[in-house]
Amino acid sequence: MQTIIISSPLVSHRLSLALPVPRSPLINYHHGAPPSIRLSSHRFTNSLRLFSSAAAASRDSEMATEDVQDPRIAKIAASIRVIPDFPKPGIMFQDITTLLLDTEAFKDTIALFVDRYKGKDISVVAGVEARGFIFGPPIALAIGAKFVPMRKPKKLPGKVISEEYSLEYGTDKIEMHVGAVEPGERAIIIDDLIATGGTLAAAIRLLERVGVKIVECACVIELPELKGKEKLGETPLFVLVSSA
Amino acid sequence: MFAVENGLQGDPRLKVISDAIRVIPHFPKTGIMFQDITTLLLDPVAFKHVIDIFVDRYKHMHISLVAGVEARGFIFGPPIALAIGAKFVPLRKPGKLPGRVISEEYELEYGSDRLEISVEAVKYDERALIIDDLVATGGTLSASINLLERAGAEVVECACVVGVPKFKEGQCKLKGKPLYVLVEPSQFDELAL
Repeated sequence: MQTIIISSPLVSHRLSLALPVPRSPLINYHHGAPPSIRLSSHRFTNSLRLFSSAAAASRDSEMATEDVQDPRIAKIAASIRVIPDFPKPGIMFQDITTLLLDTEAFKDTIALFVDRYKGKDISVVAGVEARGFIFGPPIALAIGAKFVPMRKPKKLPGKVISEEYSLEYGTDKIEMHVGAVEPGERAIIIDDLIATGGTLAAAIRLLERVGVKIVECACVIELPELKGKEKLGETPLFVLVSSA
Repeated sequence: MFAVENGLQGDPRLKVISDAIRVIPHFPKTGIMFQDITTLLLDPVAFKHVIDIFVDRYKHMHISLVAGVEARGFIFGPPIALAIGAKFVPLRKPGKLPGRVISEEYELEYGSDRLEISVEAVKYDERALIIDDLVATGGTLSASINLLERAGAEVVECACVVGVPKFKEGQCKLKGKPLYVLVEPSQFDELAL
């Protein structure tokens, strides 16, 4: 699989990566290995991979991605701003608001998800509050699915079911309206980022409790060091950008 | 102004949209008939009608920025922004946006709240549209207008799916800015429960 390593300086900025033309001096061509691009390394790196872990079931293996990296991915990754020490010291915050300012990158992000999920008999796109509300609805509209918001407690006005999940200190809850989904429906769950996987795992449990099959969880960004994928159990994860 | 007074009289989509909105009585407190748009989101046809009507209205107005109020404005804003080729800017509760922000306080019935915008999101003189699901007192939208203007944008219009009737003709401006609304609040149907 082609890997592009991008490095970013210490302060928050926008990564810009110009994909080189073939045979650029920046590219290492190792015999037999796919070409890779190395920029000078700084303390923080964003490595870009089109990443998917497909489950073994034959239906899910239709969803496996190809090995070649889609050229739109680099532009999407470059549009994400990394803010150190937000919301607290030690956290490198992946800020997707800059992606939303880049009309091409935002359009490409949605297109990549839509291409993957259209025609797969998915009738539910569930989006986790609040940034999942930004990416979920355009996908839902494009594939003809309903959009189901999954919210913090006491926001939804009607009868809800809720699922508790652990935080570093204490717990939180995620809620969904009763009757929003029906048993047997096929769903994807969208959020901007997967970190520890706690929220997404709770969303999966909530939907499974009412008999929905979660085809995949989809995020723009993954923080692989936090091993969120492991919390998702049997549910596959699809991300556009993996940030080391 | 309401859509029905502004070119969409007789448009069957407006009734589809209105019928798709559920009324929850006494939420979040007694006396409030809450307009629940989540049922509209469960109806892909109705949801698409909302976006199509807004896109048809705004696609030729040279709008380069769509601002959406957290959190339900995040649902309607991005599809419009994507379709008209504008950027999407979230207006958020305090402490959520990283980087440099400006914030605007506004009054609630009891107490006050704040909305924030990222300073770098707006270019000077940019033409902006503000989206929320519903307008009642206009407090949140007024604060949003202030934020966009302080950041340097020119607010072209505010748009909501649902609006209380006082925003019909003659009362259709907020801080001097036009307000465009698709439907009035739906009535509570006891038999529907």
